[in-house]
Amino acid sequence: MLMLTPKKHCVPIIIVYSMTVTVWRHVDKTGPEGSIDALLQHGQDAVLVVGNGRLLRSWDINVGGLNWEIVLDSGSFQAACLSGQQDNVKHVAVLKKTVISLHYLSNGHQKWIENLPESETVDYQAVYSGGNGEVYALGVVPHSHIAIVVYSADDGEIIKQVSVEAPWLSNIQGSCAVISQGMLTCVDPAAVSLYMLDLHAESQMTQVPLQSLGLEVVPGFRPVLVSTQPNPAQQPLSEFFVQLGPENYVLLQLNNGQIVTLRDFKPAMLVSFVTAGEKTVAAVMSPKNKTVNQSDTSNENDHFLTTACSINLFSAETGRRLLDTTMIYSLDPNVGKPEKLYVQAFLKKDDAVGYRVMVHSEDHALSFLQQPGRVMWTREEALSDVVTMEMVDLPLTGTQAELEGEFGKKADGLMSMVLKRLSSQLILLQAWIAHLWKLFYDARKPRSQVKNDVTIENLSRDEFNLQKMMVMVTASGKLFGIDSKTGSILWKHYLEDVPSNAAFKLMVQRTTAHFPHPPQCSLIIKDKDTGLATLHVFNPIFGKKSHVTPPALPQPILQSLMLPLMDQDYAKVLLLVDDQYKVSAFPSTKNVLQQLQEMASSIFFFLIDSSQGRLSGYRLRTDLSTELIWEVVIPTEVQKIVSVKGKRPNEHVHSQGRVMGDRSVLYKYLNPNLLALVTESTDQHQERSFIGIILIDGVTGRIIHEAVQRKAKGPVHVVHSENWVVYEYWSTKSRRNEFSVIELYEGMELYNSTVFSSLDRPHAPQVLQQSYIFPSAISTMEATLTEKGITSRHLLIGLPSGGILSLPKMFLDPRRPEMVSEQSREENLIPYAPELLIRTEWFINYNQTVSRVRGIYTAPSGLESTCLVVAYGLDIYQTRVYPSKQFDVLKDDYDYMLISSVLFALFFATMISKRLAEVKLLNRAWR
Amino acid sequence: VKMARLLPFQIAVVSTVVFVLCSDFVYCNNGRRVGDVMDTEFSGFSVPLEHSFEVDDVAKFQVRGALVLKAGREPGVSLTQNQLSEEDRAKLKEVAAVDGLYRIRVPRVFLQADRQTERQMEGYLTAFVRACAMVESHLSDVITLHSDVSGYLIGVSIVTLPGACRGTEVEDEVDLEVFNTTLSILAPVNAPGPETALFLERMEQETEKKGKNPQEQKSFFAKYWYLILGGAIFLMVSNSAQPPAGGGREQS
Repeated sequence: MLMLTPKKHCVPIIIVYSMTVTVWRHVDKTGPEGSIDALLQHGQDAVLVVGNGRLLRSWDINVGGLNWEIVLDSGSFQAACLSGQQDNVKHVAVLKKTVISLHYLSNGHQKWIENLPESETVDYQAVYSGGNGEVYALGVVPHSHIAIVVYSADDGEIIKQVSVEAPWLSNIQGSCAVISQGMLTCVDPAAVSLYMLDLHAESQMTQVPLQSLGLEVVPGFRPVLVSTQPNPAQQPLSEFFVQLGPENYVLLQLNNGQIVTLRDFKPAMLVSFVTAGEKTVAAVMSPKNKTVNQSDTSNENDHFLTTACSINLFSAETGRRLLDTTMIYSLDPNVGKPEKLYVQAFLKKDDAVGYRVMVHSEDHALSFLQQPGRVMWTREEALSDVVTMEMVDLPLTGTQAELEGEFGKKADGLMSMVLKRLSSQLILLQAWIAHLWKLFYDARKPRSQVKNDVTIENLSRDEFNLQKMMVMVTASGKLFGIDSKTGSILWKHYLEDVPSNAAFKLMVQRTTAHFPHPPQCSLIIKDKDTGLATLHVFNPIFGKKSHVTPPALPQPILQSLMLPLMDQDYAKVLLLVDDQYKVSAFPSTKNVLQQLQEMASSIFFFLIDSSQGRLSGYRLRTDLSTELIWEVVIPTEVQKIVSVKGKRPNEHVHSQGRVMGDRSVLYKYLNPNLLALVTESTDQHQERSFIGIILIDGVTGRIIHEAVQRKAKGPVHVVHSENWVVYEYWSTKSRRNEFSVIELYEGMELYNSTVFSSLDRPHAPQVLQQSYIFPSAISTMEATLTEKGITSRHLLIGLPSGGILSLPKMFLDPRRPEMVSEQSREENLIPYAPELLIRTEWFINYNQTVSRVRGIYTAPSGLESTCLVVAYGLDIYQTRVYPSKQFDVLKDDYDYMLISSVLFALFFATMISKRLAEVKLLNRAWR
Repeated sequence: VKMARLLPFQIAVVSTVVFVLCSDFVYCNNGRRVGDVMDTEFSGFSVPLEHSFEVDDVAKFQVRGALVLKAGREPGVSLTQNQLSEEDRAKLKEVAAVDGLYRIRVPRVFLQADRQTERQMEGYLTAFVRACAMVESHLSDVITLHSDVSGYLIGVSIVTLPGACRGTEVEDEVDLEVFNTTLSILAPVNAPGPETALFLERMEQETEKKGKNPQEQKSFFAKYWYLILGGAIFLMVSNSAQPPAGGGREQS
């Protein structure tokens, strides 16, 4: 079976799902150019209008091939429908702001195009065809009248033009539907009544108050009409649904001009019409059992929790329930509410209706159900919109943790310590025996049957800490815990009430290293408009909400910062700065507050207001208020701040300097407080546009370096690490992408080699810069990160082509010499070449394309040589990279046998020769 | 309460600023009436440099000196500043003892504007240094003004030389009397683009070099024809029994 779903909102892809897997997927352009406006399906063809009415495409939904594509005339798209005659669907009608056009379904050619009359006053919003060779364009002049223009499908001639008074109507698409033999039915929420208009006859709209039908609308709810037209070449059905409340639908029928209530569905969450053969049925999803949420009893209004839904089919004509069609769909508490129902019905051999359902829930999950309620598969489409992520170390196994715990606890007497030791040894022994038993048991089974399923229970850290938990935050507000080794989703948690424009910031407050305290992550969810934020604290390994109550945040939050300070439970302190410049700490125990008071004079933070171009630095006071200490203002008339990059707090730099050709050392300027600020000029003219790079100290506000890249424009991608900043921009002069690297050096001597303090570095660093041509656009960029920073660095570049390039930083080095000299050769510097080549062996994902990479996340592993990489966009890709090769790992073909046998042979040889020598000496002595 | 106390003082400062600027404005106008372009380029205008150091760390800015900024293609700056009074010296030492801050600020200005009214903009640029560093360096500081591409001042920075606070006592009051300031104004550096011209030049030179010694250009046969010929003759001589007739003809 095939199901066609355009992705939610404006992500321009079509995905076709079948019984088990995605059959095909096509990714279109980003931005408005690729957004899907309308999707019509007929038989094997799916017709799409793309890019605000720019293109009309037809896809074959079986194989995913493009049947045809035509470019439409410009004009903003309004609506589209299929049209046909004598049970044959032949045409697609496309309605735009000013024109209507008809295209052949078979090849996309335009049959005719006509201007819409009075298009400057009338807002044409819908197009309808009832299979009688006429195409109706429906327009509205808000709060005045409806305009109906009837075109002949054959030649585009205007057959009729009617305007009907409708002072209550403002929008056709939201409130009207065509039912039965061309009856335009609209719902007026103000008068709580239906209005009906026969499109064939020139008449007035007849008002039918819903009350006269015995229907009550839930106060404040806007009724919605749901109608169906099983075949575009025929009339729509005369049955339709009216939604009267959030959980109340009524099935109505238009019978000889009279509206009859067929059935009242209450409660009903979702309804959908579906046609199988000649039969049309209505699928209704209703909540099955409600339980009062125990945890929320304190809440005044009872919070009901639906745990399961039942889906039933009803005959559309009579409203009777069809037998044996019930499907039970149990709702996971961590999954959002169902939002949409896609039903596919088929006729069984005995003429009964069978069906399958795809449920689309508000957390962007798709579940495919089959009778009697078996979930065939679930797809987490939310994962195609990952906003931010973190990688968290897995915990130790229970036994390891037990041993660790022994050292962590306070010593309480010799005897108990001995007992504890004995008990933990026993546990170890037990675990070992269990392990042996499992080995023995598995050995008897054929290998294919032995499965190593990763579950939350058997998660444990591996030897080199290569396997980690990926905590992903998606735009829909759903959190995922994914095992990095297998990519399987281990836990998910749906956060309700996440505003649609939320910004997320995820922080690891406590790692797994502090047994028995559970690891703890904090997610700040901030409404971008109001600035109000909420804090979600959870355990990143199990996804459970933490017992720690997050602080209430009544004020808008401006800035959050994680301090290296820890409370007595080893949780790092999170500072939140509100719009009154007051600071609140989380956790805010006495211990933390005391530490903060001691440290206050050395805690600095900065705020950036890009709308005013203002950067300001603040210092914490002991009473947790703040004082403004520096201010830098970049006038917004000239340039605007587009991005600010600091350094990653977990970054280590192993070498303080670089050894030059003459054996002297050039020391790096390693300022952990340095910020790289990128600005773009407001003047977009290609001769005058520029990009500004400002390196600024986040503590003192001192501008370390300021440079402009002339005749350049964004989007700028920046990576800031160690003593370098790499950025990529578009050169408007040469029309190409260019890379530029800035490196900062202290010089031949270090000012203060023991500690770095921003307050005590009077000398400005030396700045070196070089630029290169890059042959491709890029979508994102990140630098590799390793445990101790010994391994050389690579830049990971996500390309629009779907490749991830691992570019050695060596190629982006401002000390690359123009002219090769003895010293530069000694230093292993590559001679300067203006172009950076993309070598195909640098692609780390080989042939696995990662579509539309939005971000790359890097994390160190337990091996110094290895860096873990996660690229996320529409797809998620995880791999390891070895920037300096695997220098700390023995090769797979390492010959243990040879080495050990040589060792043993040497050992015995020395033993024997020693013995022989002794004998010889003895003999000589006797002589 | 503190703000209220501050306000009249700020007004006083602003009024002094306006006064200074007004006098300057007249001067500028005079300069332009002469009609000399160079003159206007070198005509400076002055803005106050203010500083604040308080024991309770609530900023109370006082005039420290006057910055004379020279607009134009190559902006320049000079500073005339007052000495620290006895009272201020004592206060500075006191602030240093409690590890307070020494702050400076300059008003935001637009260097390229022709008219005085356009030059002045709302707001200040502030920077700070630890008061103890100021004391221990005997008031020797380095002040840098940063401007952006179009001539707006965007930031000011202050560091002292030496920058550290070691806790050394400054006995002599005279050391804290006169500022020893190094002042500069920095405009953004032009970032280099890819150096294609030099690279191409180098490539051309290399090809030219190759062109100059034609020996390297020659093919294998052209270079070693005598060796091959010699080898062939040697083979023929050693095979002298019956040299093939065709081979001999080819040689000739």
